[in-house]
Amino acid sequence: MSALTVAIRAKRHAGAAADTLGALQFTAASGDFVAIVGPSGAGKTTLLKIIAGLDPAFDGAVSVGRSTRVGYVFQEPRLLPWLNVADNLRLVQPELSDAAIDAGLARVGLPGTACQLPLRLSGGMQRRVALLRAFLIKPELLLLDEPFISLDAPTADSLYDVLAALRADVMPTTLLVTHDLREALALADRVLFVSRGPARLILDHQVALPRPRRRDDEAVTHAHHELMSQHPELLGGLAAAGSHPEAV
Amino acid sequence: MPLAKTGGPGGWPAGLIRSGALLALLIAWQLVALRVDDPLLPAPTAVLASLFHHLTTGELLHHLGVTLLRVAASFVIAMLVGVAVGVWMGRSQLANNLLDSLLVLMLNLPALVTAILCFIWIGLNETAAVLAVALNKIPTVITNIREGARALDQQLLQVGEVYRVPRRTVLRRIVLPQLYPYIMASARSGLALIWKIVLVIELLGRSDGIGFQLGTYFQFFDLTSILAYTTAFAAVVFVIEALLLRPLDRKLNGWRS
Repeated sequence: MSALTVAIRAKRHAGAAADTLGALQFTAASGDFVAIVGPSGAGKTTLLKIIAGLDPAFDGAVSVGRSTRVGYVFQEPRLLPWLNVADNLRLVQPELSDAAIDAGLARVGLPGTACQLPLRLSGGMQRRVALLRAFLIKPELLLLDEPFISLDAPTADSLYDVLAALRADVMPTTLLVTHDLREALALADRVLFVSRGPARLILDHQVALPRPRRRDDEAVTHAHHELMSQHPELLGGLAAAGSHPEAV
Repeated sequence: MPLAKTGGPGGWPAGLIRSGALLALLIAWQLVALRVDDPLLPAPTAVLASLFHHLTTGELLHHLGVTLLRVAASFVIAMLVGVAVGVWMGRSQLANNLLDSLLVLMLNLPALVTAILCFIWIGLNETAAVLAVALNKIPTVITNIREGARALDQQLLQVGEVYRVPRRTVLRRIVLPQLYPYIMASARSGLALIWKIVLVIELLGRSDGIGFQLGTYFQFFDLTSILAYTTAFAAVVFVIEALLLRPLDRKLNGWRS
């Protein structure tokens, strides 16, 4: 049995003229890392919100119940600015000891920041806290909404390592949404391509590259080129997409 | 050179300008009072002497205490009810539709009408007085808090929802901190409004408190005593603002700096 089954027939936002999502059906096995790649504005964020249960108004079904532990890393870190880092983490996991918090922060490369207010941290540091927060609940399903967007390559690579280390403990079924194909190839076991809105599934691609991988690895670059040349029609939208900010 | 904070183009410290303005007003008042020499315009020195007299006989403190208790009771009731109903109306369309007309009515009902109705229906007692004051304040608190509840950050609420944070924790950790500026604004304007209404209600239906005393002195045209009571009252307001509201504001909004 698969850990995640998504069977969406259509999704239209209230008052919108056209569907945001078309027919989207896929499954993911337990512990799988699946990336969903598509142009900006394709409705990828909407898809994650539906899977997380934040948007119940859609036509179809998703196999995520109230009892499923879902870790969600949003596009923005979404830390509560009036709580320090430790209290932000305790919001989702109240029984955490000080030692557990310090250990967690050390693992994501932020030792000694427990008492800092989020606004005193850099954007990259806030993302690390948000990533740690998602793992503290020992998620069965991890949703990542472009969490590494607009980071420079070395920072992104170091966050990939953090993500890999945290995943190794819990092995949640993971869904990463991104418009950055390199990122998807560097992280995922499988890449699902979706079209411009209304989003449909247009290609299911297995990534069989050795790990650990980096954004700029030869193998990643090669896979990137190969996909681009084999499927110019479906990835045509991606080339221009990188420069546009993601619409929600 | 300026000492600390500069308050104006001349480089004068702001505190000096403030106290200077107050002092100039007092001196002008004293001079005019001396020149007019009429019991209907007592000099500041006479008011001070009267204040001292009323303080030492003890009755001013008694009436001030009674009034303060009424202010505190109606303030607490108004804030609790106002915040609860305000959050409810801000978050629920149904609640808003149900209560909006009543809110508009209550907002515009004259304080005198609420007071008379309370005294007639409940009786000339403490409950009626406190309720009358609270009823005047509750609608303005609701209006303020409802705005705050409507402006809540949806993104942060989603964090609570995804991570299944219990309702109580969401309220305490996510919702209330966003409402603090609105609650503080309500508390400030609330105290100001309640001071004013309490006195009217004491004048109308109680036999103690500052309002009752002012009414008595009004009958004797004893303006010196009236101003002495007013001074004591103003001093209390300043103390509450400086010792209670300002530090509270700093504590609750410290993360913004």
